[in-house]
Amino acid sequence: MNEPIIVVENLLRCFTNGSSEITAVNHLNLTVQTGEIYGLVGPDGAGKTTLFRLLVGALRPDGGNGRIVGYDLAQDIEKVRHQIGYLPQRFSLYGDLTVGENLRFFAEAHGITAAAWRQRKTEMLAFVGLSEFEDRLARNLSGGMKQKLGLATALIHRPRLLLLDEPTGGVDPVTRQDFWQLIGRAVTREGVTVVVSTPYMDEASRCTRIGFMNGGRILAEGTVKELIRPLDGRILELAGTNPRQLRQIILADPDVEAVQTFGSKLHVRVKASTAEAVQQRLQQTIGTSGIALNRLRPIASTLEDVFIDLLENGNHEQTRH
Amino acid sequence: MFNSRLLSLIRKEFIQIRRDPRTLALTILLPIVQLVLLGYAATNDVRNVPMAVFDQDKSAASRDLLDAYRTADYFKLTYDVQSEEELHRLIESNDVRVGLIIPPTYGRAITAGETAQVAFIIDGSDPTVANTALAAATFIGQSKATELTIERLAARGMGNVLGTAVEVRTQVWYNPDLVSSYYMIPALIGMILQFLASLLTATAIVREREYGTIEQIIVTPIQAWELVLGKVIPYVLIAFFNMLEILIAGVILFKIPINGSIGLLLALSALFIVTTLGMGIFISTMANTQQEAMLMVMFTLLPSVFLSGFLFPLEAMPVVLQWVSYAIPLRYYLIVVRGIILKGSGLAALGPEVFALSVFALIMLSAAAARFRKRLD
Repeated sequence: MNEPIIVVENLLRCFTNGSSEITAVNHLNLTVQTGEIYGLVGPDGAGKTTLFRLLVGALRPDGGNGRIVGYDLAQDIEKVRHQIGYLPQRFSLYGDLTVGENLRFFAEAHGITAAAWRQRKTEMLAFVGLSEFEDRLARNLSGGMKQKLGLATALIHRPRLLLLDEPTGGVDPVTRQDFWQLIGRAVTREGVTVVVSTPYMDEASRCTRIGFMNGGRILAEGTVKELIRPLDGRILELAGTNPRQLRQIILADPDVEAVQTFGSKLHVRVKASTAEAVQQRLQQTIGTSGIALNRLRPIASTLEDVFIDLLENGNHEQTRH
Repeated sequence: MFNSRLLSLIRKEFIQIRRDPRTLALTILLPIVQLVLLGYAATNDVRNVPMAVFDQDKSAASRDLLDAYRTADYFKLTYDVQSEEELHRLIESNDVRVGLIIPPTYGRAITAGETAQVAFIIDGSDPTVANTALAAATFIGQSKATELTIERLAARGMGNVLGTAVEVRTQVWYNPDLVSSYYMIPALIGMILQFLASLLTATAIVREREYGTIEQIIVTPIQAWELVLGKVIPYVLIAFFNMLEILIAGVILFKIPINGSIGLLLALSALFIVTTLGMGIFISTMANTQQEAMLMVMFTLLPSVFLSGFLFPLEAMPVVLQWVSYAIPLRYYLIVVRGIILKGSGLAALGPEVFALSVFALIMLSAAAARFRKRLD
């Protein structure tokens, strides 16, 4: 397995919307190694879904090329399809078929013989925990169960690569945990490589590698550690009585780059190796302003801080990358 | 061609059809309902037109004339009126469609050997009724006149020299009693087939797109042609069932005589079904929602109703519209289905129509195949 399971270069896809043209995927490069769980993180409209659709051949690229599971994306898309499982963002199974009928249909669609799919169906239903719902119509499943059925369907033909487009969107937090455990187990038991998109930072940190996507490009990628390292020691956490005034005071400091609200707290990003100086200065200025300061301390940076930084300074990061 | 993927697509489609009992019931009942409605209502037969009589003469001769009208079942003598005003009122209020006025001098003129005049008034607001009434009234009156003329000549001893100079002997072939349902019901088969077949396929394919299931189908090795055939085959079967349904109901309810070969009828109907399904697939490649698809089917249906010869004879249309009608597949199928059922036509007589239908089937299917892609864009 020396060849990466996904290599795409310069991938380009535009949409015309009326008279304006939108570049959904903009000369994007992506390499995913076999065995990884690669997380695609980005805001709505970043181009994640378009990227998935290009990778499965549901959309044709306007430019660029790629190899997936060892086949050329443009030439051998049908061969690619035998080796990949795809869970679209929108529920795409047949609501008027039962759980079992859906699995059977997609197994047969992948050319699995009757003898083989029965055993595989039982195995997959047990795997996602839907064994007792085999005869229920898919449209009568809860949101989380629908996604589990989608996962089972995407895995039914033992693909080498699993593409999951926001699989936990609109799913309750407990089921989200379940689902991520299933993804982990699929990697170890089925040996699949996973590319998964998510808007949730806590989910992203479960991935072996993360790509932060915005404006149709991957702005930064790496492990969680690699990604948060540039911001280490540059985040201060604050809480005080008058958040709006507090914010103005903080922004007036020459070494402060950004202030972000996290619930009742503020996260302040400062220039490299100025954290201590800023902390002292703020202690003073806020003290004189009459605002009661409940908390002011340096904290470890999180993925969220990184992505906000990337959103604001996307181009800068891109050149550094 | 029948691989396991295609078979599982067909099985899936049948499960879905079964799970939607309302659509299924509609699909099975609609042809019968349409047949009964159109078969009974859309008839051009004019019978028992209500008639008022103002007989001012009341002689043996006038009663004789009235009997002539009464015995033909075109008219029903419903009112005996005493004045012209009363007659007008009855026509105005739609109680009668025609009125006969016999002047007081009628009987005297007949016995005197003079020309007797009667007035026949027709409500012309419905041309179909008026035309038939006009023809019938004239015909009955002339027969009576001829009869009287012969009597008069015979009375003068000239009966044996008399012979009509020209006698037109009409023979009506294929539908001797001119029952319009015999003409309408075969055409209804074509109409209903086109409507159901194109509607069912168009919405069935668009549904996959509307519900997003197409996105999951795309990543399977299912080929575009398998997907199309997987949709078409179940609906060919359903459309074929619908055709048999109408045919059998037509024979039982309307006593339609099938003069030609049933095998040929079924074979050529299958050809027409393929044409309309091709149209359905083509529509499905353009529509994004089932509603859009339905509107487009309706849009193709209107010209088919009016320009195919279904309701109005093609010969009566302006030349330009006659040209347009050549582009309507139903036109050819109507000739085929009416030909086989009414005239007992064989394949030889229907050559041009079969050729035209084949060309349409080929055009529709290749256009659909060219536009149909296993992609989202």
